[in-house]
Amino acid sequence: MKEKIADLEEKARRLRVAIVKTLHKSQSGHTGGSLSAIDMVCALYFHKMRHNPAEPAWDGRDRFVLSKGHAAPALYVTLAECGYFPAEDLMMLRRLGSHLQGHPDSKGTPGVDVCTGSLGQGLSMANGMALGLKLDGKENRVYAVLGDGELQEGQIWEAAMAAAHYKSDNLCALIDSNGLQIDGDVSKVMNVSSISDKFKAFGWNAIEIDGHDMGQIVAALDQAEAHKGAPTAIVAKTVKGKGVHLFENKASYHGVTPNDEELPEALRCLGCCD
Amino acid sequence: MIATRDAYGEALAELGGENDKIVVLDADLSGSTKTGVFAKKFPNRFFNMGIAEANMVGTAAGLAAVGKVPFLSTFAIFAAGRGWEQIRQSVAYPKANVKIVATHGGVTVGEDGGSHQSVEDVAIMRAIPNMTVIVPADGEETKGAIRAVAAYKGPVYVRLGRNKVPSVFPAGHKFEIGKGVVVVPGTDLTFITTGLMTAAAVTAAEKLKAEGISARVLHIGTIKPLDKELVLQAAQETGAIVTAEEHSVVGGLGGAVAEYLGEACPTLMKRVGVYDRFGTSGKSDELLKYFGLNAETLIEEAREIVSRKK
Ligand SMILES: Cc1ncc(C[n+]2csc(CCOP(=O)(O)OP(=O)(O)O)c2C)c(N)n1
Ligand SMILES: [Mg+2]
Repeated sequence: MKEKIADLEEKARRLRVAIVKTLHKSQSGHTGGSLSAIDMVCALYFHKMRHNPAEPAWDGRDRFVLSKGHAAPALYVTLAECGYFPAEDLMMLRRLGSHLQGHPDSKGTPGVDVCTGSLGQGLSMANGMALGLKLDGKENRVYAVLGDGELQEGQIWEAAMAAAHYKSDNLCALIDSNGLQIDGDVSKVMNVSSISDKFKAFGWNAIEIDGHDMGQIVAALDQAEAHKGAPTAIVAKTVKGKGVHLFENKASYHGVTPNDEELPEALRCLGCCD
Repeated sequence: MIATRDAYGEALAELGGENDKIVVLDADLSGSTKTGVFAKKFPNRFFNMGIAEANMVGTAAGLAAVGKVPFLSTFAIFAAGRGWEQIRQSVAYPKANVKIVATHGGVTVGEDGGSHQSVEDVAIMRAIPNMTVIVPADGEETKGAIRAVAAYKGPVYVRLGRNKVPSVFPAGHKFEIGKGVVVVPGTDLTFITTGLMTAAAVTAAEKLKAEGISARVLHIGTIKPLDKELVLQAAQETGAIVTAEEHSVVGGLGGAVAEYLGEACPTLMKRVGVYDRFGTSGKSDELLKYFGLNAETLIEEAREIVSRKK
């Protein structure tokens, strides 16, 4: 297990490098929220989820919904690392004609099941998938990654209510609780705390973890799978921009990409020399 | 060249000093929509509602019900889209004095892609009774429009853009709700345009002149209510109409002009806009070209329609 965790940590480091390089190339996209979510996305794709990159539409796959769609780079580098499409495609992020759209687009990108980008809609789609999979008697699970600012959308709580009502225990929401949104601190813009108390009040199983501690992420995902009768919310305390001190905990880095001066330092922070 | 959203930020902050009934709401995009300028000056009259657009619309309706003059802003896709039914029920139906000023309309949103490029907002806002719909061409017109909108009593939707756009109107241009402006006179055809397509039409008209084609440019800053007088005049006097907008050809300016002229004065017509499809990621200028939203397309369409006249 210890080895497995170390493996995942190394994978996450490499994915962070890919995020930084991809966003430096595109010069457009969301750095902070991609870096805060990547440890969870990494654990899902390289530890928890059943999926088959050679057959993206494989019937036996678990489903993933990046509800905070602006963190698309985190998803894209992970899908590329898995082998869903060539890593070269990353260099075309957000370009005219590229399948790697600014926000996830299921019409063009192998491995992407739903379109997201308009915040607040992903949890409803994830619960719909969970309900449908259960109807078909399938064991597959559905994972959704949400932002903490995103929780301000009322639709999230409509979905939370419905998922608990229908006992969607095959659904797991991971909340990237980095404390920031575009206009500043989530607590100052529109307070959403306590996140875990809210989910509990809606009938969910809630687990609080450090969203950058791979051991805790893996343990929480296993607990979520074992919990029956209710969906699970993993409330992960994270740092926006995690891994590169230039970007860490800065609201101003939400939608800003690494420039030429920042790139070497960012890569150095991530233990990358090339 | 300034972005219409920058002109909005400036105008709103200025109006805030003149009318203390003005209150402003935003949904976590105050830096981008430029309501942040007002927020800085009048923090007590600014409400950041978080990422919760539907609630923001309803709250604005409540503020209007107690006599405030609320301006609410977010990107066009979320303002018109997420809040549509709240706008219909809580704002337009009671004729509440709410001003919805949406920024980042159209495909010039750019790299964010189709999910963020609103090409339907004018259509869905225009379909609502009691709603006034305004799409300024440039910064000057935006300033005038925001002033006019603040003075007008009733629901308004103003659509602004992300990027800097060329100037069409001189400083101090006075905006009148419901009035079109003939920006370039002409006799062979009329470009009826709105938003950033008006500047493109002016360029096209200049180039066409060299070919001996006299193109009129009629700028429609208020899509609803439509300036029927100037549209009818253009149809009768030039006999050919090319509409252009950074929006779907379904239900926007082209739709409004076609609906009206189809009944009042059937005329040769061509709509330039986004042909019933979603946007896509790319640089703004590349996308304008990709969707044919430029002077080149207007020139081609003008030649084509003038040849069909004969
Ligand atoms: C419905 C909707 N409103 C507004 C936006 C614009 N927007 C994109 S990201 C963002 C902030 C998101 O904050 P959070 O959910 O905390 O994400 P993170 O901090 O993880 O980046 C906003 C307001 C959007 N994409 N969708
Ligand atoms: Mg956040």
